[in-house]
Amino acid sequence: MTTVSLGIPSVPPRGFGNISAVEPFPRAAHRELGNAQLRANLGHATHTIRDKRLRVVSELPDWEALRDAGSAIKTEAMSRLPELLTQFEEQFTARGGTVHWARDAAEANRIVEGLIRQTGASEVVKVKSMATQEIGLNEYLEERGIAALETDLAELIVQLGHDKPSHILVPAIHKNRTEIRDIFLAEMPDVAPSLTDEPRRLAMAARAHLRRKFLSAKVAISGANFGIAETGTLGVVESEGNGRMCLTLPETLITVMGIEKVLPRAQDLEVFMQLLPRSSTGERMNPYTSLWTGVTPGDGPQNVHVILLDNGRTRALADRHGRSALHCIRCSACMNVCPVYERTGGHAYGSTYPGPIGAILSPLLTGVEAEENSSLPYASSLCGACFDACPVKINIPEILVHLRGEDVEAKHAPRSGSGGRRRGLPTQMDVALGAASWALSSGDRLGLLEKGLPVARALAGRDGKFTRLPGLAAGWTQSRDAPAPPSESFRSWWKKREKAAGPAKGDGTTDGAAGGRAKGDGATDGAAGGRAKGDGATEGEAQ
Amino acid sequence: MSARDEILARVREALGAGSVQGSRPVGALVQGSPSVGSDRQEVTPERAPEPSAYRTPYRTESEMDEDGLVELLVDRLEDYKARVEVVARGELAGAIRKRLDGKRFVVPHGFPTEWLHPALADRAVTDSREAPIAVERLDALDAVVTSSAVSIAETGTIVLDGSPDQGRRAISLVPDHHVCVVPVETIAGIVPEGFARLDVTRPLTLISGPSATSDIELERVEGVHGPRMLDVIIAR
Ligand code: SF4
Repeated sequence: MTTVSLGIPSVPPRGFGNISAVEPFPRAAHRELGNAQLRANLGHATHTIRDKRLRVVSELPDWEALRDAGSAIKTEAMSRLPELLTQFEEQFTARGGTVHWARDAAEANRIVEGLIRQTGASEVVKVKSMATQEIGLNEYLEERGIAALETDLAELIVQLGHDKPSHILVPAIHKNRTEIRDIFLAEMPDVAPSLTDEPRRLAMAARAHLRRKFLSAKVAISGANFGIAETGTLGVVESEGNGRMCLTLPETLITVMGIEKVLPRAQDLEVFMQLLPRSSTGERMNPYTSLWTGVTPGDGPQNVHVILLDNGRTRALADRHGRSALHCIRCSACMNVCPVYERTGGHAYGSTYPGPIGAILSPLLTGVEAEENSSLPYASSLCGACFDACPVKINIPEILVHLRGEDVEAKHAPRSGSGGRRRGLPTQMDVALGAASWALSSGDRLGLLEKGLPVARALAGRDGKFTRLPGLAAGWTQSRDAPAPPSESFRSWWKKREKAAGPAKGDGTTDGAAGGRAKGDGATDGAAGGRAKGDGATEGEAQ
Repeated sequence: MSARDEILARVREALGAGSVQGSRPVGALVQGSPSVGSDRQEVTPERAPEPSAYRTPYRTESEMDEDGLVELLVDRLEDYKARVEVVARGELAGAIRKRLDGKRFVVPHGFPTEWLHPALADRAVTDSREAPIAVERLDALDAVVTSSAVSIAETGTIVLDGSPDQGRRAISLVPDHHVCVVPVETIAGIVPEGFARLDVTRPLTLISGPSATSDIELERVEGVHGPRMLDVIIAR
């Protein structure tokens, strides 16, 4: 920005942290595509979860009404955000909690560190949280001598493997069981060397490894799936019980929550507690959900904090075409149906937020003119599957197109004007598009150019193909041939045909592609279909 | 300016910027709900739509009788690999005794005494907010027995709300075996009916089967950090 900002800038500041791609999507995707293990695992995971989701969604006769309600509640929450945040603060405080506000990642990290220092702890337990991943909290604390221990099994695998999550629901899906066993053998000091790669044994090794940590932890750090303005209630939705451990046993609980997670009323939970589990893990309900409101004397943490995080969210909110990306409840349904994500995996997106939602959320949080995220809005075929799957009906394809427009504007806007967001000299693309716009704006100009077609054809090889085009177009011919242009244009052929045959009949057939796409949420088998009968967890097994 | 005031100012500004040119109407996506103006700078609470505007379209009531509720809840819980038993009120103490046979267990101080068989007395440890059992000691116990506040049949969910017959959250978490009593009158049909009976300001734990993970190659493993064994006894 060239304008000097006095007081509050007109565009809210961008967010920082792990929401920026480290390299452009095409390059990262190219590398990740070479990883066959990743692709096989991802394909299996996304298809399995997708099928489960369809099954449990089709059980509910009012699924579409719930999606409408979810979308309406989120829209309302965003429009009343100042009032709801203030109300949340009042309620949470009145019930014994402390509320902090953080403008960006750095401020949030500093607040968390300060709160941990007050307790004297040098180790904290963490329950999976995208907000703390976004702000890079673990790395920040590590550098300052505080160990932050991830307790979700997949997050633990990722952390012990010095790796990054690849899926927001099953973050270690890119690792197979043997790799996981090797990580455990190398990184868990107390594990038996005879550990096999059976998932049950691996899970039990993680249980044993974490149990002592849970029982002795003084401080826990969590995210939140919801914050209820009406009551000051926070909620965490999980499966393993590591969340309950963190939210119940330590004396101090610090929660980092994005400001967009606030819901107006307690009653809204009846909608989101139906939408989230079914969309996320494809279960009727996740094993555990914890809801807490400030401090309950004699039960659970007595020193309770929440940090309300902006970090670019107000920037996203200021984009009226993109703001509905903030409605996201992080269910990951859009990832599981995305043909691009299925092949490239989460790492290619660079950010904490991968997949279709990441492709819009990351550039909205940083601003699309942030060079590192400007290729993300192109990481989509605009097939629309994500929109159909989204439980809060975020129109991801529409926002992608909007952001592509913003990106083009940022890169290629005319140089006139002072405060332009333009990034440099006119590119070949600018020149080409300029020429195209000149030619296509007039039929006469186009007709004139078409007269050159036979010449172009003569320039092509014998087989009627260009194997190498010059300049920018070389990228296209790097891995494919371009057919030579025809000797006559469609327009001139049509004119001749019309003269010969009289008025042509309108041919109404369309390509039928749109009709072929399977609608999400289609009725599949009945309620009981596919349900595995409880095979009796016997007492012997559980002991 | 404090972070709080600055963030709130940014939010107001962002919303103002978004609505200048008549952006999509906010909070009015449900048919029949009052339309909230789209071109204002500030949204006032009075103009927000009523909660009922969102309630109309989706199911808020199920019409299941007691048999139907019990049958559905049992089905869902078994699907989650919980062990379920339906007993008459008079047989409850005997059923609990069978589940806890030979085990040392913790019981919340408000648990009805008539539900605890006298034969169990010497292996029971009582816990309360006022006299909490240390976590290491809880870890050394085999089991816990509690009642429950509300259950939701359609999703197989049992809710504990920290009442005296359910106790502190830690006692139903640390021991490896949870025996949970569901009085039949606490069973609701669907999620909105369940939440309507709850006070969310109490410490709530929603339990749908024993803990589980699918983090390793999506293979489901029951029992990670929470109790690995969930016994549900529905009392009619
Ligand atoms: S955008 Fe929608 S589908 Fe994707 S994670 Fe968010 S809520 Fe789920």
